[in-house]
Amino acid sequence: MMKHVIQRFCSTILLLLIVSFFTFWLMHATPGNFFDSMRLNPQISQETVARYEKLYHLNDPLLVQYGHWLINILHGEWGYSFYYNVPVTHVLGSRLFNTFILSFTSLILTWGIGIPLGIWASLRRNQWIDRLLSVFSFAAFSTPSFFLAVLVLYAASRWGALPLGGMHSPNYDDLSFIDKIKDTILHLIIPASVLSLASIASLQRIMRGNMLGVLRQQYILAARAKGLSETVVIYRHALRNAFNPLVTLLGYEFAALLSGAALIEIVCSWPGLGSLLLTAVRAKDVYLVMSSTLLAGVLLVIGNVLSDILLTLVDPRIRYGKNQLK
Amino acid sequence: MEKINSNSRSQMAIASFRRNHVGMICLWILVILYGMAIFADFICPYSYKDEDRNFSYCPPTAIELFDHGQLVSPFVYGRTLTFDNVHRRVYVIDQTQKYPLNIFKNGRLFGVNAPGRFYLWGADARGRDIFSRIWYGARISLSIGLLGVGISFILGLLIGGIAGYYGGWVDSVLMRLCEMFMMIPGFYLMLALRAAVPENFNSVQVYLSVVVILALIGWASLARIIRGMTLSLRERDYVLAAKTLGVSDFVIIIKHILPQTISFSLATLMLTVSSYILAEAGLSVVGLGIQDPIPSWGNLLSDAMGIVPVIFAPWILIPGLFIFIAVMCFNIVGDSLRDAFDPMFKEGEN
Repeated sequence: MMKHVIQRFCSTILLLLIVSFFTFWLMHATPGNFFDSMRLNPQISQETVARYEKLYHLNDPLLVQYGHWLINILHGEWGYSFYYNVPVTHVLGSRLFNTFILSFTSLILTWGIGIPLGIWASLRRNQWIDRLLSVFSFAAFSTPSFFLAVLVLYAASRWGALPLGGMHSPNYDDLSFIDKIKDTILHLIIPASVLSLASIASLQRIMRGNMLGVLRQQYILAARAKGLSETVVIYRHALRNAFNPLVTLLGYEFAALLSGAALIEIVCSWPGLGSLLLTAVRAKDVYLVMSSTLLAGVLLVIGNVLSDILLTLVDPRIRYGKNQLK
Repeated sequence: MEKINSNSRSQMAIASFRRNHVGMICLWILVILYGMAIFADFICPYSYKDEDRNFSYCPPTAIELFDHGQLVSPFVYGRTLTFDNVHRRVYVIDQTQKYPLNIFKNGRLFGVNAPGRFYLWGADARGRDIFSRIWYGARISLSIGLLGVGISFILGLLIGGIAGYYGGWVDSVLMRLCEMFMMIPGFYLMLALRAAVPENFNSVQVYLSVVVILALIGWASLARIIRGMTLSLRERDYVLAAKTLGVSDFVIIIKHILPQTISFSLATLMLTVSSYILAEAGLSVVGLGIQDPIPSWGNLLSDAMGIVPVIFAPWILIPGLFIFIAVMCFNIVGDSLRDAFDPMFKEGEN
């Protein structure tokens, strides 16, 4: 187990290196950098621009630049955001936290609603509730998330009880601690529910499929033949085995959530990593793009490793390292 | 051994697909959507860049059939622009101006004579007809998915085939590469790739670069599936036979292994097209995809990203409905195809 985690860790470090170099190369392959707009600014002298370019090694060969960036990252120096005019870490910290709140809430909603719905549908297979749920699923993952977000915002604007975007009310700073939390939760409702909807739909489908697969197994027949009650058969025997494949999904789910969160953050003006990356890409803010891509990558790796570990805990049959099949 | 030809199997699959009513209906809807896109020049009353700023956010025009209680040939009323007490634009129906609806005039299916404007589904901020722009946009949105999938498919088949066939270090290098692409969240990868596309590209170049970006995102998962299938296929006797006959590896992969995986990939392909349509819309909606004035279903919605225009002109949301319909149809057709090609999959449920 430990060996597996270490192996996994090493390969992901390599992966992150490749991804970051790739992003770096892409950013540099494009004509122009952030200083182009600075150079056009009559209030800033050409010498200042030249000094900045020298300071950030912008005229060195690509590999040298990447080396500088990498060494700085290892020293905990994430670079400077030219667009926001502060060190990258200042911007990233709060954005990361906000994205985490949004993704985490959606993850809880998705699993909390999707799995029970999937079980329910599998137990009432081909009855009207199952049909209804499958129509709902198809509709839900065919709706563009940003479009759904706009529709919900539109409905909310008519209804008037929920805030339309943003993360805090204007008077947030004056509120007491409890009210601050309440305020944030109110703002969270629309983006989190829109983000979860498509994942709920797909998780529901997968859970239903798994459950149906397990319910056909002979040990379920055996359990029923033993005279166990239906509740015990379903919730103790079937559910545990139907659940295992989903744990592997958790890692990918996280990737999908991050990616989906980006668009919804933009539409609902939620100050997260995705909307930050969009701004950074538009402004050609190299270090900000690099850092947010890297952070997203790190988040994913953590998600994947966690789901691996979780899987060994949930499914005792899986032992990494020992007589593992190819 | 009895001669088994894959043809009869796919014929069976097609027959089974045709029995699936929902799948067939969706297939026909897709055919209609593509048809409308191809004949957009004829169907739409205006060109995609035909604008009239006097009709910014003009609401949908109703077709009138009765004039003073009498049935007449269809016509539309003109509109005059006024401002209400908070200086919002209000279009008042002007019953003195009447514009008869022309059918088959100037090579267009329908339209009205200038200065009248006929907005079946309303107008956008620059007074362009949303109905027309939707069908011109369909050309972009519906073709981008197909083209992107075409490229992903070729990449995925080749790389998956090579990885599965050779195994060993080739396999592990290629699969690590796939993992890399799968690991980065799609939207972030899209943004990063888009950052690399020069801003002075013209519309054709932007279109092609969006296709390439989409293709680069999607090939990895397909390659993994193909690799898995190739791993088992390469152990088959007929591959050994081909090898003994001295057929080159490349030909074995292309001619003997990959065709076996086609039926399964076809269903996956349909599902991928729908995800590409969504991805293009996402990229365009934030202004990084297809650029105005060329319409795509994504950038038609970019106006609608602000809540204020939506409240005053809800009809600018109509393009979203088409994204929904197209994506839903591709999903359902893909799902039905998979059921048809892979009866075991469905039996697993029943």
